[in-house]
Amino acid sequence: MTSTRGATLFALALLAPALIYILSIVAYPLVDTVILSFTNAALRPDYDFVGWANYQRIFGAGNFTEVIIRTFIWTFFSVSIKMIIGMAGAVLLNAAIPGQAVFRILTMPPWIVPMAIGIFMWGWMYNGQFGMISGLLQNFGILSRPFPFLAYGNSAFWATIVTDVWIGVPMVTIYFLASMQSIPRDLYEAAWTDGAGRFYRFRRITLPLMVPAILTMSLLSLISTFNSFDIIWILTQGGPSNQTTTMIIDTYKTAIGSYRYGEGAARAVVICIFVSLFCIVYFRAVRRLQQGEAK
Amino acid sequence: MSDVARTTEIAAVDSPSSVKPRRKARSSKPMIERYRWYEILGLYAGIALFLFFVLAPFIEGFLVSLKPLSQLFSTPYSFIPRNGSFDAYFTMWSTVEGLGRYIFNSLFISAVVTLAVIVIVVPAAYAFARFSFAGAGAMLGGFLAVNMFSGAVLLIPLYRLLRSFGLLNSYWAMIVPGIAFLIPSSIWLLRTYMLRIPRELDEAAWVDGASRLYTLRRIILPLAMPGIVVVAIMTFIGAYAQQFIFALTFNSRQEFMPLPVGLFAFFGRQEVLWNELMAASFAGILPVMVVIVFLQRYLVAGLTAGAIKQ
Repeated sequence: MTSTRGATLFALALLAPALIYILSIVAYPLVDTVILSFTNAALRPDYDFVGWANYQRIFGAGNFTEVIIRTFIWTFFSVSIKMIIGMAGAVLLNAAIPGQAVFRILTMPPWIVPMAIGIFMWGWMYNGQFGMISGLLQNFGILSRPFPFLAYGNSAFWATIVTDVWIGVPMVTIYFLASMQSIPRDLYEAAWTDGAGRFYRFRRITLPLMVPAILTMSLLSLISTFNSFDIIWILTQGGPSNQTTTMIIDTYKTAIGSYRYGEGAARAVVICIFVSLFCIVYFRAVRRLQQGEAK
Repeated sequence: MSDVARTTEIAAVDSPSSVKPRRKARSSKPMIERYRWYEILGLYAGIALFLFFVLAPFIEGFLVSLKPLSQLFSTPYSFIPRNGSFDAYFTMWSTVEGLGRYIFNSLFISAVVTLAVIVIVVPAAYAFARFSFAGAGAMLGGFLAVNMFSGAVLLIPLYRLLRSFGLLNSYWAMIVPGIAFLIPSSIWLLRTYMLRIPRELDEAAWVDGASRLYTLRRIILPLAMPGIVVVAIMTFIGAYAQQFIFALTFNSRQEFMPLPVGLFAFFGRQEVLWNELMAASFAGILPVMVVIVFLQRYLVAGLTAGAIKQ
């Protein structure tokens, strides 16, 4: 039954539906994006090839570099905060105390509930007059006046980060928790017998053994955060005055909002290049880690 | 624990008279898992803070849905509703035009997507789990790479593709791209599960003269059923959660809108009835909440298995 020609053909036949589907709905559009990025395609059906004109235009205008830098800052803070809160959550949920099982279930809703609906609720919370955050801060005397978080560029920037963190934290927490629980207990017991304290055990056993998990989650969060669309679109649509316009929002506005398909495609290609770079860096890191283990 | 206690504990480990020194204490729990009272307090405080962050929007949303509109738009802010009522849950059906339809659309789209993903993914996962052929690793990696590119990047060509097939402004406009982005992780998850089914079973069937297709249908499928159920649940939740960008871009007909986009359109009106919007949101969340409560065990297995075993 092993690796005969018939077996290979059968395997390929089993794979065919998935393969054909992905090739036509993901791979073909990806190639089409690259082709379109060299054209002046718009609403009308016919278009011409314009060479590098789209790329020259977007990089020449100046505000695109601004968008790229903003996207990286947004992504950096969102991913780092997710990792820190996710790790803290995993440590807390890993503690053997009554209620553990319930707490774990209560962690999941932001991840599982329709993303857009969670974001609607954040939209209300950020409301200055009636929202919870401004309201509670006033009740505690931290704010003296109502503060509309989404109305100012700076606060809207951070508000969208907080919401992105909120959506990402459950997955990071549950993943870190699972990886924490797969660390052999003997290690902790041996360290404990030798007199190692809780913090020392965390720093010297948990953290080093979780490096692969942290790397994997960082990459997954990096990709999903970099591609994050729903949160910003629902909360601010990239405003106020473009202060929350990340590369994805920028692409969407160009292509779908202004029907400049060719230019939008060029912006999308730049996103794809960045995402591919992240993946290459990640695989390099994983390989180095594995080589380190082998030695 | 104090140093004295630890010293005696370590002494106990060294002394040959006691076999299980750590279980000697009052509690049945091993010493390593026991906490001082202030540690327990700290843990619960930390968990409370963590869960408050995670659940705050739901708490606020629920309280808002109970508040009458007049109280909602009054200052100063009060966290707890006065004269709260469930009225919004009854009036929303007439105020939010098409709410029932939106919820139906959401469930319908998710169901079709889930069905299609399962049909496509089960044979593919079996192929990856059992057969070694040239390019298998590359193909598996290729499927994973799909997750790198969000739908947003592919919107323009997808729009053109759907338009040329005449699928814009229909259920298909949301179902067709929805399936594609749920296939990769489902293949990985199910493949991991199928790898655990002993290969000897296939070989025994083969020796007995069963065809490959018969083996898949009669031996692998029944054994893999729990795994398929987990994948189906995960796919359904994924399909239900991600209905936004495709529905926003590829469909403008109100009768086909899923709940998130329908509510987003309701959002844009001049006067937002927030209490009813929140009530409607909860009605939309309910199906997933039911899934979480009843299928929690499978869910955790599904969430972690795919992730860790890679």
